[in-house]
Parts: sequence; structure tokens; C-alpha cells
Amino acid sequence: MTKLRYERPIISKINAGVPDKFGMKTSVETLNQIDTVPVKDILEQYGSPVFVVSEPTIRKTYEEATSAFTSRYPKVQFAWSYKTNYIDAVCRVFKKLGSWAEVVSGFEYQKALNNGVPGNEIIFNGPDKSDEDLKLAIQNLSLIHIDHFDELYTILKLAETSYKRPKVAIRVNMNTGIYPQWDRFGFNYENGEAWQALNRLMYSEKVDVVGLHTHIGTYITTPNAYAVAISKLAELATSLKKKFNHAIQYIDIGGGFASKNTLKGAYLPGKDTCPTFDAYADAITGALMSANFAPNELPTLIIESGRALIDDAGYLLGTVLANKRLADGRRSTILDIGVNNLFTSFWYEHEVLPVETTTQQTEDTTLYGPLCMNIDVVRAAVQFPLLQKGDQVAIRRVGAYNMTQWMQFITFRPNVIMIDEEHNTHIIRKAETNATFEAQEVIPDYLKS
Amino acid sequence: MKLKNNIAISETGFVFDPNSGDSYSLNSIGKEILELIKSGKSKSDISFHILNTYDADEFTFERNYDDFIDMLKHHKLLENE
Ligand SMILES: Cc1ncc(COP(=O)(O)O)c(C=O)c1O
Repeated sequence: MTKLRYERPIISKINAGVPDKFGMKTSVETLNQIDTVPVKDILEQYGSPVFVVSEPTIRKTYEEATSAFTSRYPKVQFAWSYKTNYIDAVCRVFKKLGSWAEVVSGFEYQKALNNGVPGNEIIFNGPDKSDEDLKLAIQNLSLIHIDHFDELYTILKLAETSYKRPKVAIRVNMNTGIYPQWDRFGFNYENGEAWQALNRLMYSEKVDVVGLHTHIGTYITTPNAYAVAISKLAELATSLKKKFNHAIQYIDIGGGFASKNTLKGAYLPGKDTCPTFDAYADAITGALMSANFAPNELPTLIIESGRALIDDAGYLLGTVLANKRLADGRRSTILDIGVNNLFTSFWYEHEVLPVETTTQQTEDTTLYGPLCMNIDVVRAAVQFPLLQKGDQVAIRRVGAYNMTQWMQFITFRPNVIMIDEEHNTHIIRKAETNATFEAQEVIPDYLKS
Repeated sequence: MKLKNNIAISETGFVFDPNSGDSYSLNSIGKEILELIKSGKSKSDISFHILNTYDADEFTFERNYDDFIDMLKHHKLLENE
């Protein structure tokens, strides 16, 4: 006699009709393959947990994003935001697709060079550029986006002894109706600081003012904020034209497009509220077209989108370590994935899915990571199916900021693999081991033996 | 282990507790076990029956059974022993 399929017995209280904080019950979705590669096989081959990056998804998303803009505006250039995911293989996929590089430190700058990005296709942002970094960027004709007056004067000083004229833009911050206003980066528009900085640069005659830059924030769900930003940058460009008869070559609108992840506390899921690339493109190119640029002096539109281009391509796979009851009767499930690897669980309610399930039954569950730390919570409250120790889970949309902001705490960072267009898998960043740490640490002689 | 004797279990797996006015839902194996408990079966009888009927191993079932009993206690559906 074949036996019936077993499932854990459960009893749950019915709260008539009221969706509680765990959300309404829906049918249990599973995620058992990525680009036709079985998740089970990936975990078996590369260990648990493991990050997976789907190159086909990067390509598909990039195509969607670029065509939204190029179908509306003649001069468009994307620049890959390194901080969002700077694993070299990922950066090289973006380079192959035609992206420039957007970097914010000497470390990222060097990475871009090593990935074969030509110097004049590297945008150097951020408040932290050493004199050495700036010299190299000037030498390579990189696009230096000035963040503050101290940097501006450093560049003017370096320009005196440099054979090459620095190519610069200023970063501008402004009120676009978005809260919080990111006013700590760049020069302010409303109080005239940005215009003052441009004047200082133009009168110096030592640098080429090639562009204007802003990055108004991240996870911006109102495309119209970008239209406001464009019109303010266009105002500055028009003033430069009028006063100095100088036409800038590009406007860099930064990043900030939302991804389909759900922000904590959001009422509706991100996949229902995230604006499309078309909606952003409409607002941005519409504002550019209606600005006062002569048709032969239309600036190139540069876009530094990060999370919206890579979030969907990243997955984090893991395993259930244990189930527990909390003192108040709530169920908790401990995963081998914690906030050390899934840094974005501080912002997002990530979708955690079973790889396989034999049941449609779910229970109010808190999902914890493996760390000995109270804040190690992957999902505080979720309707989760009845998994047992050893069962596997997959977390969607983790491509942005996790593989850069992850913490080395208590345990190692895991393997990162990429699935290519032919659906072959490749390790693109090796899991750390004790040897990784032994290579970095130094024991003073008196503590040896 | 004794279920409070006025607890009602419906055909479709709903439980009503007239003492508190609360209702609960069971999955089908939960219903089967609760009915066995109601009919006075011991833990080892129940385990024997479940392991013969379902493809579960003994340890997994024991963990899950104890957890289920904890939840019955938590919801105050058992007589104090
Ligand atoms: C200057 C700059 N450009 C681009 C980005 C990418 O932003 P996002 O991932 O929100 O698109 C950032 C992120 O902080 C940034 O600071």
C-alpha cells in the first residue's frame, strides 16, 4: 500500500474576515528553477546559501529600460551604478550591453578600469575623491562630478599643473517635491549655490564644464519628480548658454527608479505600485524636449539607474535550519539566510518562496536568519507554508545592494553564481573561507605560540 | 491528554470552542489527529496510526505532534491535567 503524502498538522485561529498583519491567505507559490536551471541542483553544487545572478534577466531588463528612453529621445547613455552591484562579471555584462560606469570611490574607479571601461566613459561621483584619484581621473579624461567647493578648488589647483583639461560637471541638489531631500550631496539649486559653482568654474577657464548632474533620491515612485529635476537643470544650462555662450554636452539625471520589491510598511505590493520604465522615460524626456535647448545642442541624457536594472536578476537561495514556537505561540522558522547576506531586508518585505511544497497550508510565521542577534529578521510576519528542516527556499529580487552591502558577521559570505544566456552556471565570486581571513589578519609575534 | 469535552469539530475541519467563542481551522491531518485525541487515543496509538498511513518518519512526526499539542494548549482547547 502506498502511503499518503505527509504534512505537518496545524491549527490556526480564525479572525473573521480581518486580514491581519500577516496578510491575506493566497495560494502557495514556489520557485523551483531559475532560467530553467533547477534550484535544487544549484544548492547541491554551490552550497547553501548561494546568490544567483541571471544574465538573461539583466539583458531583458536593460533592453526594456533603454528602449523606453531611446524610443523617446535621440541621445541616451546608461552608466552602470557600481555600488549597486560591483561584482566584476555583473559590471562586464553591463559594459557589453553598452553601459558606461558610474563610480563613487577610488576602489570602484579602479574596478571600472580593470573591467575595460575607457576612462572617458567613467563618471566619477561622490564626496570622497582623493587627490590621487582626481589626478588619475583628469589624466583619463573621466567625467568628474564635483560634490563640494573643497573638491572644486582642489580640481582647479590640479588643473594648473595638468597637461589635460579636467572634464567636470557639478552635482546639483534641489527640491523636487521628494522627501527627504538629499541636500547633503552637491550644490543646492534653490539658494543659488549651484549657479555660483558653475560661475567659478567658467571664470577659471581651466576646466571643461561638460555636464550637469543630479540624483534626487532612491526608490522614487513619482516620475514627475524627475521632470521637475530636469527643468531645474535645464534652467542652469540655459543660463550658461546665455551668459557664457557655453553649451553643456549632457544632463545626468542619476538613478532612483523603484524596483518591484515591496517597501516595509507599504500597503500594496511593489510589483503593483512600481512605475514602468516608460513612465519615468515619459516624464524625463518630456521635460527635456520642452526645455530651451536648440535642436543642434540637445544634451545627451545620462541615466545611472541601479536597483531597477538589477534587482530582478538576483536570487538568494537557502535552507530551513529549524522551526520553533515563540512564547506567544507564533511560529518561527530559522533560515541559513540572515541580514548579513540579505542587507535589504532592513528596507524590503522580501518575497521568500519555498522551492517545493507538498501543501497549500500556510501559517503566520516569522522568518529569522541564523545570526545570534535579535535584529536578524528576514520577515517579521508572513503567511508561510509548512516547511521542515532541510527544505529549501528562494528569495526573489535581491540583485541590488546586497552583494555590495553584505556584512561579514559570524559566518562567511557565500558563493555568487551567474547563469549565462545558454543557461550554464559560473561562480563569479567565491565563498569566503577561514583562509580568506587568515590572509588578512596579522598576529603580532608576542601573541604567537 | 484530553480535549475539553464541549469542543466541536466539523466535517470540513473547523473547530468551535463555546467556552471562548473562538473558531479555528485545521488541515486534514490536524483534523484526523484532533479526532483521535477526542476519542481518547494515546500519543503512541496516534503515532502508530499516522506512520502507517502517511509517509513520515518517526522523529519528524514526534516533533510536529508535540508542536501541535502545544498549540492546542496555547489556544486553551485541552483540559488541565
Ligand atoms: C550618484 C548616484 N547615482 C546612482 C545611484 C543608483 O541609485 P538607484 O539604485 O536608486 O537607481 C546612486 C545610489 O545611491 C547614486 O548615489
